[in-house]
Amino acid sequence: MSTISRSDVAYVAGLAQLDMDEAATERLVAEMNSILDYMAKLNELDTESVEPMMHAMALTNVFREDEVTPSLPRELALRGAPTHDDEYFTVPKILDAEGGGA
Amino acid sequence: MSNWFEKSAFEIREAVAGGTVTAREVATSFLDRIDAVDEKVGAYTQVWHDEALAQADAVDAKIAAGKLVGALAGVPISLKELICTQSGETTCSSKILAGFQSPYDATVTQKLLADDAVVLGKVNMDEFAMGSSTENSAVQKTSNPWDLSRVPGGSSGGSAASVASATSAISFGSDTGGSIRQPAAFCGCVGLKPTYGRVSRYGLVAFASSLDQIGPLTRDVRDAALAMNVISGKDPRDATSADLPAEDFTKKLGDSIAGLKIGLPKEYFVDALGSEVRALVEKATKVLEDQGAEIVEVSLPHTEYAVSVYYIVAPAEASANLARFDGVRYGFRHPDAKNVSEMYVKTKSEGFGEEVQRRIMLGTYVLSSGYYDAYYLKAQKVRTLITQDFDEAFKACDIILTPTTPSTAFTMGEKSNDPLEMYLNDIFTISANLAGIPGISLPCGTSASGLPVGFQLLSKAFDEATLLQTAHCYEQHADVNLGIPNL
Repeated sequence: MSTISRSDVAYVAGLAQLDMDEAATERLVAEMNSILDYMAKLNELDTESVEPMMHAMALTNVFREDEVTPSLPRELALRGAPTHDDEYFTVPKILDAEGGGA
Repeated sequence: MSNWFEKSAFEIREAVAGGTVTAREVATSFLDRIDAVDEKVGAYTQVWHDEALAQADAVDAKIAAGKLVGALAGVPISLKELICTQSGETTCSSKILAGFQSPYDATVTQKLLADDAVVLGKVNMDEFAMGSSTENSAVQKTSNPWDLSRVPGGSSGGSAASVASATSAISFGSDTGGSIRQPAAFCGCVGLKPTYGRVSRYGLVAFASSLDQIGPLTRDVRDAALAMNVISGKDPRDATSADLPAEDFTKKLGDSIAGLKIGLPKEYFVDALGSEVRALVEKATKVLEDQGAEIVEVSLPHTEYAVSVYYIVAPAEASANLARFDGVRYGFRHPDAKNVSEMYVKTKSEGFGEEVQRRIMLGTYVLSSGYYDAYYLKAQKVRTLITQDFDEAFKACDIILTPTTPSTAFTMGEKSNDPLEMYLNDIFTISANLAGIPGISLPCGTSASGLPVGFQLLSKAFDEATLLQTAHCYEQHADVNLGIPNL
């Protein structure tokens, strides 16, 4: 498998929407390399003809009648939101004032 | 007369339903116990004094009116911080969910309340169940009641510490890679991880959805069986819950185990296993052999790959599950964000602790373009091999017996600087989650320094009844009684 560089960590942090400062990046380069080195052990196994296991228990599609049932009242659904109005969750603006995409 | 907080759930339920004690007296005994010792232990993150007494009064009123009461009538319980409750908060011991009030009860919570259990409060855990020591809680430290300088294990460390220190009769935790069984072993109580799909995950805040199960931590095996009777079953709100007829998990308790085949997997009795733990696990094996079980050697050849598979699959699923904590619908939102994308980044970076961020990073990496096949797909294939190992082994035996942990409880801070060393602590428990089978950890003695040691029994999927029968047989015939620690 491969070695993780500082730029890999920065790239993955971007995908994960996490802000990594210098110290955290440095630490994660070391830790992720050590953990992924350990995982390289899996390459000892020939899994060419093995099916991947996607579920703990064999499941087929679970169907139900498409019936309307009561759902969470709006007030309760909104209750935990940092900000909301009467009907919606509200967030800071999505496009910034300078016109650049967020 | 001994105190009510020292009694098992079974004894409490009998006494309450039979009218020899009120649910209020029992609840008061436990609440007083919490006040007396939990400052040292730190198991509880929230204690619901008034609400617990109100629930107890409601049970007493039912009994006074001659109504039938539930299977856990008047039994004081605690719930891990990631089981949703409309009362109080559901924080997952994370800063990102500080103050979060769930708009609904988990199915398990609903079932427990419907069966008249009395909820004393919520207990501590590693943040989002990621950890093996409860040191990753953003809320507080929890100590091992047998030695306050040591960890209680994790991630259900608050649950185990609470049952061991007699501040709840049953605690409900969750197990993704050993998070019920390992702390049960460290604290000297019984911990059961049910078969995947046995218990609804609705309202269990998700860590790794293909591995997570809720289960009980109890003082004895019968209490674990009673708890399973209440929480098991198909739930239309969890499509992965198994559609099986209701089962009485106490039905085989007391049955002989003569002729039962117990397999010892040779790959578990390796150098990493401490000599004290090994000796006590061998002694436990002898107890079962003396009761007529036939001990056979089995092989689980892919055991050494389980930690690698787990620490790919679980972080991958976690990185997807935890993406929902973005500051929009619930929990913490960073106050200084100029736009929505900055809000996401600042909220997650400040809201999630170090271990959670590490696992999100690992999970995101192994799922990212170019690495998916090398890591995630590879791990899912090896997961198949690990599961096939169990299928093979269970052709030769009914139950598999292993240690629960390589060592006894370690000291606080001892492993917190090396994530990989901490991960290796789960070496004996994670295979059961990968294969979906049930496992139970039981106390089998104490080390020379007085720390509890546990061993683990595993069964075929959905054969909890035989698992509990075997565990109960051991408990009845082993001379292991840890009692309650001096606090």
